Amino acid sequence: MKPLEIPTMDMTSKEVMRRIEISGDMLLNMGPQHPSTHGVINFLVQTDGEVMKRAIPEVGYLHRSLEKIGERCTYNGYMPYTDRVDYITAMCANQGWAMAVERLLGITVPKRAEYCRTIACELNRISSHLVSAGTMAMDIGAVTPFPYALREREYINDLLEELCGARLTYNYLRIGGVAFDLPSNFEEKLGTFLDHFEKILVEFNRLITYNEIFIKRLAHLAPIPAAMAIDYCLVGPNLRASGVQFDVRKDLPYSVYPEFQFDAPVGKGEVGTVGDSWDRFWCRCEEMRQSCRILRQCLAQIPKEGGTMAKVPRKIKLPEGTEAYSRIESARGDMQYYVIAGAGENAYRVKIRTGSFTAMGIIDVLSRGLMIADLVALIASLDVVAPEIDR
Amino acid sequence: MQAFLDSLIRNAGHDPATWPWTQFVYLAAMGAVSFAVINFAAITAGIFSWAERRVAARMQSRVGPNRVGPGGFLQWVADAVKLLLKEDLVPDEADQFLFRIAPYFMMVGFACVFVCLPFSHRLIVADMNVGIFYILAVTALIVVGIIMSGWSSNSKWSLFGAIRSAAQIISYEIPAGMALMIPVMLAGTLSTQGIIRAQGGWPWQWYVFNNPAALVAFLIYFISALAEGNRTPFDLPEAESELVSGYNTEYSGMRFSYFFLVEWGNMWIMSALASTMFFGGWQIPGLSPEHFDALTGGVAVLAEVASLAIFAFKTLIFVFIVMWLRWTLPRIRVDQMMNMCWKYLVPASFAGVLFVGVWMLIVHAAPWIGLVMRLGLTAAGALGVTLFALRTLKNIRDTGDKFDFTSNW
Repeated sequence: MKPLEIPTMDMTSKEVMRRIEISGDMLLNMGPQHPSTHGVINFLVQTDGEVMKRAIPEVGYLHRSLEKIGERCTYNGYMPYTDRVDYITAMCANQGWAMAVERLLGITVPKRAEYCRTIACELNRISSHLVSAGTMAMDIGAVTPFPYALREREYINDLLEELCGARLTYNYLRIGGVAFDLPSNFEEKLGTFLDHFEKILVEFNRLITYNEIFIKRLAHLAPIPAAMAIDYCLVGPNLRASGVQFDVRKDLPYSVYPEFQFDAPVGKGEVGTVGDSWDRFWCRCEEMRQSCRILRQCLAQIPKEGGTMAKVPRKIKLPEGTEAYSRIESARGDMQYYVIAGAGENAYRVKIRTGSFTAMGIIDVLSRGLMIADLVALIASLDVVAPEIDR
Repeated sequence: MQAFLDSLIRNAGHDPATWPWTQFVYLAAMGAVSFAVINFAAITAGIFSWAERRVAARMQSRVGPNRVGPGGFLQWVADAVKLLLKEDLVPDEADQFLFRIAPYFMMVGFACVFVCLPFSHRLIVADMNVGIFYILAVTALIVVGIIMSGWSSNSKWSLFGAIRSAAQIISYEIPAGMALMIPVMLAGTLSTQGIIRAQGGWPWQWYVFNNPAALVAFLIYFISALAEGNRTPFDLPEAESELVSGYNTEYSGMRFSYFFLVEWGNMWIMSALASTMFFGGWQIPGLSPEHFDALTGGVAVLAEVASLAIFAFKTLIFVFIVMWLRWTLPRIRVDQMMNMCWKYLVPASFAGVLFVGVWMLIVHAAPWIGLVMRLGLTAAGALGVTLFALRTLKNIRDTGDKFDFTSNW
């Protein structure tokens, strides 16, 4: 059962196939149009019947040169593109860019705008985790949790649509603040939604999280020990599920997060080993509850007065070579933007570091000796989003 | 059936033994009955396809197909027409002959089962004395069709689905067969009508509440039937999130529709078998089969219709449960599926058969034990159903679709 040495990335696919054929195994192309790879990702699966020897992720099918685009357009003009970095949590991707440029300019964002950002990001985090949990349940074969999750996501989309007019790629944040203030009676509606959603979370857990078959499928599946998770640069819920207490919102606080009471749930191995796939699923479910807590505190603490935009020069021009760096906790974990200002109105270099890309790296190691059905569960549990991998 | 035809011929003034056209009458009757049965199978499968989508939609707070006809009822007709008109693609690399012929194997295996399935007191195509044996035998044809389709598609995903399916169906035939042997032992016959006649109309006369082993046998049969019908949680052969669509990935058009026809039609078969073997079939409470036979005229017709309705009602409840399970449960993994079969279901079904053998001796010696056990199990079953209903009501009360987001949202 020793996995065959097939270094692939620098090898033509013909060579890979030839090597696998010599070994007598089957080479299976899982993707790029496979229903459960969550986007256009390809996995070269070397398999002997149901049991896999190795699954090699092949990324790059969704590369849109977003970093290069960032170097070609103005700082403000790049904002809509950041939506596309991770379209499931576009708000967080917005915020990373906004924060990086604000640090370049040395702007302080008004308090009310920070609260608007937090409300938008946390709502978006819930909707992202809903998609993740729903699709994961669907990959395990339970179809019903998916529409349940998406139904709740629709309410969040409705809220965000009222907030900024868009349902998926929001383009809500601006450098120095947010585009629009909260609409009238938005806070009331958000409160109603939270009352409803906290009950739904209990129902959702009863429906799928503690389902016997679901636990049987996911407990002990592909556990990631804490040291390994750190070695492979896992971030966000994937890292926390392995028992590492690290949340950018708590450990490297930004925006108004220090003002809130919330926990970053850590995997405890409740039904299996610490860091197994079920723990990753559970962490996301628990994070939704924590986001609800944050949102409630936002509603209580948001300043009634104060503008939503800081004073920002109409044309942002910066001394060439100034650098800035921002780290935020997106739904998929630590998302980092690194900007070097260029000579004109645009950046010289933009670098985006995302959680999904590093999560893809660990699949090769974890997949050895798993079954094909487990690979699907593993990919889903790491919550990789194709555009975030390739950018 | 033959006796009925003979009496018709006699009424027409011929002797069936010597009349040269007798065989032709038989042939024509066979054709007509086959046509009716296959149509029944196809139409129930079609209606189930609509019903399943509506049930699933209700469970997932969606609407489901509601455009074609009242409540979307004619959706299945529209789908069937669409599938018939679609191009029947055969992949270049496929084994042409096997690829084309595979769906018919499934259809034959599926349609042949209906020969022995009872519908009501008199309505059955042929009440064979090897009925259950025959049903178990012909359903095995389905697995041949599945393997053929998976292999001939020349697609790795299809092959995966086919091999999974073969392993699954062959494994689960053993516990299913052993579990069905328990009613056969109790009734002393393999004939489906005979087994129904040996039961009664009231719940405590059903075999499911006859003794603990029979109750377990029913559960084993139901689980195995789910597995044989490729229904969730055993839908591994067509696990859409793993294998794209399993053995039918490469099919399109009418051949594709055959696979689905068989899948949905199988729901009727498994449910009808469950109500035949364990739930008293068409028996009307308070009317013994002997009295039923003796009825004549309008009352007989009325009783016949009532028995048909009772049988259909019981069967449709099981069909609903199968749908319900499908839209609630996740799928289990291949090794777990095999473990469950060989480690738990097969030994349990063998133990059940032994237990029933001993039990029959005990009841033969002291009939009151059997009566007490039947009544006790019926009460326990009723209690279980009541508790389940209460629990469901509580869950609905705790978190139901109460919040009205449509108004002013």
